[in-house]
Amino acid sequence: MLAKRIIPCLDVTAGRVVKGVSFVELRDAGDPVEIARRYDDQGADELTFLDITATSDDRGIIFRIIEEVARQVFIPLTVGGGVRQVEDVRNLLNAGADKVSINTSAVVNPQLIADASARYGSQCIVVAIDAKQVAPGHWEVFTHGGRKATGLDAVQWALKMQKLGAGEILLTSMDRDGSKIGFDLPLTRAVSDALEIPVIASGGVGNLQHLVDGVKQGGADAVLAASIFHYGEYTVQQAKQFMAQQGIEVRL
Amino acid sequence: MNAPEVVVIDYGVGNLLSVQRGLEHCGAKVVLTAEPDQIFAAKRVVLPGVGAFDNAMQALERLNLVKVIQELATRPIPLLGICLGMQLLLEESEEFGITAGLGLIPGRVIPVPTQTLSGEKQKIPHIGWNSLHPSSTSVGWDGTILQDNSPGDAAYFVHSFMAVPSDPSHRIAECRYGGHLISATIGRDQITGCQFHPEKSGEVGLKILRRFITS
Repeated sequence: MLAKRIIPCLDVTAGRVVKGVSFVELRDAGDPVEIARRYDDQGADELTFLDITATSDDRGIIFRIIEEVARQVFIPLTVGGGVRQVEDVRNLLNAGADKVSINTSAVVNPQLIADASARYGSQCIVVAIDAKQVAPGHWEVFTHGGRKATGLDAVQWALKMQKLGAGEILLTSMDRDGSKIGFDLPLTRAVSDALEIPVIASGGVGNLQHLVDGVKQGGADAVLAASIFHYGEYTVQQAKQFMAQQGIEVRL
Repeated sequence: MNAPEVVVIDYGVGNLLSVQRGLEHCGAKVVLTAEPDQIFAAKRVVLPGVGAFDNAMQALERLNLVKVIQELATRPIPLLGICLGMQLLLEESEEFGITAGLGLIPGRVIPVPTQTLSGEKQKIPHIGWNSLHPSSTSVGWDGTILQDNSPGDAAYFVHSFMAVPSDPSHRIAECRYGGHLISATIGRDQITGCQFHPEKSGEVGLKILRRFITS
């Protein structure tokens, strides 16, 4: 049986892993390579790196980190942040990423998703969607790290991205990100039900039951979490054992 | 300088770096090339690949590699196809109409079913970790690249099409998705294909690569 995946997420800036609350107030969590190795040892199914560096000066750092991680860790690596053109996708794949996550640039230039997936295959194109509830059962897509409203409906946008060639959707609830009160389950469910491609739920995990809820109630194919792992509250292994006890197929 | 040598065929499709790093981590000396002379001189050969079947076959044809690989397959040189590289080993694929493959293993490549056996929608691509089991029609894993693995070991898959060998004994390992059986490893003689990515399957996958480079 296909296992539900647990994906620790490493937000990286200036060569360090950090974690914010609702996209601000960053807190240092350590060295990315060291953390990646630890999560691999704990049984993480994949790792996601988001380069949240605001300036292009520090862009090179993420490449060195990915190269270093890819030499030591033999599980899928996804890298996102600042991907603007097909060239950026190529460079990240060449550095050792297996998948590239695209967020703002997909909104600015949807053709990028079609071009990148045609060139490198859908399997390596993840479209990241930051969504915020604007009415009951209605969520809007935001870009630029959550600062800019787009007027796009999250479910419709996800469908469009699927059509253009996205292989997976990384769905983050901005309302929940950093809140530790659990995923936005109606959002996760609405997007997952609408799509044929897998959905990774993100934003709001504060305990292990939240991971279970994301899969069982949200219908997520994978769950992404950061802070519960970064600060040693839980190991990935504990999370998997808990999910297995709740009847979810995981890789132990 | 006695590292086991592996030639990884570089035909411009997808990212060879992960395959290279995985093999090197296992102690192999890796050569990336599309040169027939180097391919024929290899001790063992990996055919990687991601993306679309027809693009990959066109790329192989452009580089005159179709005949090279077919000729290679008549020699006692272990050949490992990974992911799309495995699917190319078959006779034909239904991806974007019918496209002829390398024809080294009889059978075809068809879409992964979009519904479970019980009729529910299931997500495509089949992405993630799934457990490998010896297929009921194979004689077990001894003497194959899975020799050092155990039934139930999980490997990382990402694909929308799947190989169906016409001779069931060519299916070495399978996994289950929505109740359907999917070929995970196929092979005949010295030719093997893995639908999953051994280079991305942690220790389970590294065991497979180590076995391959010492075969």
